[in-house]
Formats: sequence, structure tokens, C-alpha cells
Amino acid sequence: MSTIAFGSGPEESLEEVENPVNKLLRKERMPSIWCPGCGVGTTVNCFVRALEESHLDLDNVAVVSGIGCTGRVAGYIRLDSFHTTHGRPIPFATGLKLGNPDLKVVVYTGDGDLMAIGGNHFIHAARRNIDITVICVNNLTYGMTGGQVGPTTPRSAIAATAPYGAYEEPFNLPAVAESAGAVYVARWTVYHVRQLATAFKEALAKRGFSFVEVIAPCPTLYQRRNRLGDGLDALKYYKAKSIVKNGADTRTAEISFQSDIVVGKFVDRERPTVLDSMNKRLAESIGAGYVPYPLSEDDTMERPRMEEEDCGDH
Amino acid sequence: MEQADPKGVLTGVHFLDGDHACCEGALAAGCRFVAGYPITPSTEVVERIAARIPQVGGIFIQMEDEIASSIAILGAAWAGKKSMTVTSGPGFSLMMEHVGLAVMTETPCVFINVQRGGPSTGLPTLPGQADMMQARWGSHGDYEIIALAPNSPQECFDLTVKAFNLSEQWRVPVFVMMDECVGHMTERVMIPSAEEISVYPRRFTTKKPGEYLPYAGGEDGVPEMVRAGDGYRIHVTGLTHDERGYPAMNAKAQEKLISRLVGKIRKNESSIRCIEEDQIDGADIAIISYGITSRVALHAVEMARDRGIKVGTLRLLVCWPFPESRIRELAPRVKAFVVPEMNYGQMVREVERNAAGRTKTILVPHAGGTVHDPKVILDAIMEAVR
Repeated sequence: MSTIAFGSGPEESLEEVENPVNKLLRKERMPSIWCPGCGVGTTVNCFVRALEESHLDLDNVAVVSGIGCTGRVAGYIRLDSFHTTHGRPIPFATGLKLGNPDLKVVVYTGDGDLMAIGGNHFIHAARRNIDITVICVNNLTYGMTGGQVGPTTPRSAIAATAPYGAYEEPFNLPAVAESAGAVYVARWTVYHVRQLATAFKEALAKRGFSFVEVIAPCPTLYQRRNRLGDGLDALKYYKAKSIVKNGADTRTAEISFQSDIVVGKFVDRERPTVLDSMNKRLAESIGAGYVPYPLSEDDTMERPRMEEEDCGDH
Repeated sequence: MEQADPKGVLTGVHFLDGDHACCEGALAAGCRFVAGYPITPSTEVVERIAARIPQVGGIFIQMEDEIASSIAILGAAWAGKKSMTVTSGPGFSLMMEHVGLAVMTETPCVFINVQRGGPSTGLPTLPGQADMMQARWGSHGDYEIIALAPNSPQECFDLTVKAFNLSEQWRVPVFVMMDECVGHMTERVMIPSAEEISVYPRRFTTKKPGEYLPYAGGEDGVPEMVRAGDGYRIHVTGLTHDERGYPAMNAKAQEKLISRLVGKIRKNESSIRCIEEDQIDGADIAIISYGITSRVALHAVEMARDRGIKVGTLRLLVCWPFPESRIRELAPRVKAFVVPEMNYGQMVREVERNAAGRTKTILVPHAGGTVHDPKVILDAIMEAVR
């Protein structure tokens, strides 16, 4: 069994060590559909580690995906998992969370799913501050359908439907998330596995709409079509060109073709969630007759806080 | 069946329009999650929901559009809630993809469609019955659903309760196909006591995690269900899947799944069937109608009977699945089926298909905007007996 695990000591034989990630994967469904060098699997590894360390009751964690390469994450994680329609994991997750606020609900989505077809849901979920975590694996293209141009494809990049190079302005996802109201916004690349796992942990612990963008390679389509090498070359690029700026103004975090990538934790703030606001308003209006909609038991507990130095040690 | 939760039951005699009665039916049935987006002429349903549901322990959310509303209810269903969305006209068109997701994932949920004139923006404030085929076939792929058609505010209450029960029993999206007339007409509505209202409980499994197969159909073709958070770690997907719920994209898995999804409704049509017949035995002419048109047709039927014509009526309360075998039984016994509907021919196609040439089928079309003139229906009856 292959166990490429960060955390297992060099003195341990790889054959003897069960990768701690395995028990949260549907191994009977392996191998996955993801191409060699794809970044999605790396994010899953970091996410599962974050879950392991988060001390959440994992029976109460649900993963919701839309459609696309990243949309397949729900099918590989051994949790309650929902593989929904293209662009709509956020409204599904909204119903799931409001239906049972005890659930910890995570949306695992790609750039096209989140920001093209699902963009409206993204900004509205952030605005109303529904208590979910959204993880967006941004590989700058539509992988599942063959590498078409997307809403985050940098200008000049070649794509299947941009054979002369993309020319539209791409979305800067952290800026959209912050301006729409997200309470936690971070961006890392799949090179930053430790920071990414930490960001996932923080996002999971955050009460309200938390958002983590992960820049990830699509070697088969984006890298190859743009003559950028393979997955390893992408990691070298991330290593060389990422600039850690915790607290950066998200408006300065746009990405252009093979440019510097500003990474870090950009936003960490408090706002009442939609259920907080609803209960407050209805209690004021209806009065003593109103029985507050039950929130998560977790809401009364102290949530773990990450130390600053855990984050951004690149 | 279980007794209704008294919290949601507004027992008593009320003077309500169909939209408000529909809201009360949902709450009586145990609906505790509603997502919607404002659209005429259905808006009064969610307006009343917004006022009422917080008082019975439920939640209403006005989503950013109908696409979001139609999938939020599926999320809530998997959280364990009975849920519905409400719409009209273009909003119904926007919801179609999630009708398919609900069918494929066997998610119990209710769609209320207060029909208006179409296509497109059409006649927002005026009635139509032209979404009947859309309810049946509007999402891509091959599937079966259940659709009901009330003809009064009382039935808006009764059939909304029934819609929730059918959705829980068969694990399909169920449509309440109202129309603007029924939605905005105010009449006496009697809401029984909670003890007198039966609700179908969710078909939760008693199997343990590991033994439970989320998509293995039972004897009636319907699998048992769990909720997110119950510890089963299920996977639910819109992809073709096997009994474990795992994607299985091949022709064999497709055949197995689709034949079960279609079969659980088709094979049980006679137990889902709900029709109302009057003087159909010995009739020369059978009027087949549904919704508000069935009440307009009654006037024509009375006039025809005054003229000595033997007219029977068959009203569809459940339109889908269509009562095919009943039409086949009646076809050789009547001179004609006369089908008035507020469209240019939708349910009439089912009548004609099942009549299979053994009797005449006469459509009395109406483009919508108002109800039929009963004289036009009478003319069709007179023509049919000639």
C-alpha cells in the first residue's frame, strides 16, 4: 500500500504504516478519476487531515459537491456526502444546514462550479452568512469537459474554447468572497500542504461562511495546452511565485498568467449567521411565543483558535 | 400512517384562498422547511408560510432564485425535514433540473405550481393549465413522478397533505398542480383535527450501518432512507448509481436503476390512482377534466343532461401517473371522451393514446387567461353525440 504521508517518521517502514487518511476515504472506489499530477487529491489529503485534527464528530460532517473534477470529492470521502448538480452545491448545503444545524456542512467545489454557473449562490450564501465551509479548488479551467476557458482563467492562457488565448477579466475569488460577506477567507496552493490543512481546520472551526481557495494544477489540460509542463512543474511554480501575505487586501490578490500568487489568510472576522439573525428578529417580533430555531450544540462551545504562527510559515 | 403533529394543524372552519389553504396543508402534513422565490400567482403561499412556519418550529428561506429553492429543499430533506418549494410559470421552468435530481436520488419533496398562462412571462396574473406535460417530462431523462390537481381551496389543503404523504411513500417529487383560479379563489376550508389527519412517516431504515444499502429497492421498489448525521456515511449522487449509492456508469447499472425508478410508480399506479367519477356507467359521453376546468365543465354537463344526453364525468385528482387502464376500460363503452383543458392539448394526449382508436377523443382547448365558456364545452358534447 502506498503511503505518502507527511507526518510519518522516516524510520517507519512505509508498508507497516496505515496512512491515517485511509479510514476517511472510500478506498473501494479507488483508483480515483483524477489524472496524474492533478491537485484535487492533494487537497483531499489536507482536508482529511484537518478533519482528523479538528475533533469534530465525523458522523455529523457532510460534504456536498457540485459537478466537475472537484465535484467528485464527495464520492471519495467516507462521510455523508452529496454529489449534486452543476453549480448548486451551495443551495443544497444551505438546505442541509438549515434543516439540521447540528451538521457541519462543507461544500467542495471547483472554479467553474462555484463562480460561473454557481456564482449567484456563492455571493448570496456569503451575504446571508450561512454557517458552512466552502472549499474551492481553482485549477483555472474546466477539467472534466476538456479544458475550456472558465471564469478564473487568466488572460492569454490557451483553452479549448479560447484557442487564441483567454481575453476576459478573470474573477479574483477572495475579493468576491470578502466583499460578499464571508467571515473567513484564505488562499493557498497545493504546494502549501501544511498551511492548507491549517486553513481547512480554521475554516471548519469558524462560525459562519468560511471560504478557502486552493490554487491547483490541471496538468492534462491547462498545463499541457499552455506548455507549462506537468504537475511537478506547477508545484515548482507555486513554490517560486507564491507570496505569503496574511491579512492582504483581497483586491490585490488577482492572478494573471504565471504571475505571483498572493496566498495567506486574508479575512477572519465575526458576523451573526443567518440563523442568529433570524432567531433574534423573530424573538423581537413574535415575542415570548417564539421558540428559537435550535442551533448547533457546538454553538455554545468554545471553538478552537489557531495560533498565528501555524499559518503562513512558507 | 401516523397522526399529524398538532402544532401545524390549524383545526377549524376557515375562509381561505387556495394559496393559503395549500400553506396550511403543508404545515398540517408536517412540512417544516420551505424555500421559495416570489412569483405570481403563487406568492401568497410563501407569504403565509413566512408568517406561520416560525410559529410551528419550522423554517422558511427566500432563496436567490428558483434554481436555489428547488435544491435547498432536497438538502433539507436529507437533513430529515419534510420540505417543499412553491412557484409558477418561469419559476417552474428553472426548477426542472432539480426535479431530475430528486427523482434520481429518491428525495421526498413537494413542488407547488400555481399555473398561469405561458409560455415565457405569458399571463402572470391569469390562469393556465399548460404545465401538465412539463410536470411529467420537464427534466431530462426518463422518469416517473406524481402530480395532483385540486379544484377548490379545500382540495388545495387536502391534496397538499396527500402530496407529502405520497412523496414519503414513493420517494419521488410530488407536484401540486394548482392554477391561478384555484389559488386565488376564496372558499370555505375545513381543517380537521390533527387526529383525523394521517401523515406518512419517513421510511427510515432499522438496519445498521454496514448492513444498509441506501439504494436497494424494497418489495414495492422503494428503498429505505436515512438522514445525514445518522452515522451511515452515505453517498448520494445524481450519477447513475448502484445499490450502495456509488456511481456505476454502464448500461447494466442504468437499466437496473431506471427500471426500478420507473417501475416503482408504474407498477403501483392503481394504488396511487385518485379519480372521481359521476354517472360514468351507461354514459354516452365521458368528460375527463381536472383542476378548475372540472368545475366549469359541470355546468356544461348539467346543460347536456337537461337535453337528455347521458354524460358521465371522470375527474383526475392524481393526473400523473395517468389512470391508463381505466381509460382503456371505458373506451369501448362511450361514444366519445370530451377533454376540456386550459391548454392546447396535454392530458388529452394520454386519453387519446389509451382510447387507442376505440372511441372518439375530443379536445376542448383554451389558451388560458380565463376559464372556458361552459357553452363551448356543451357544443363539444353535442358534436360528440351527433
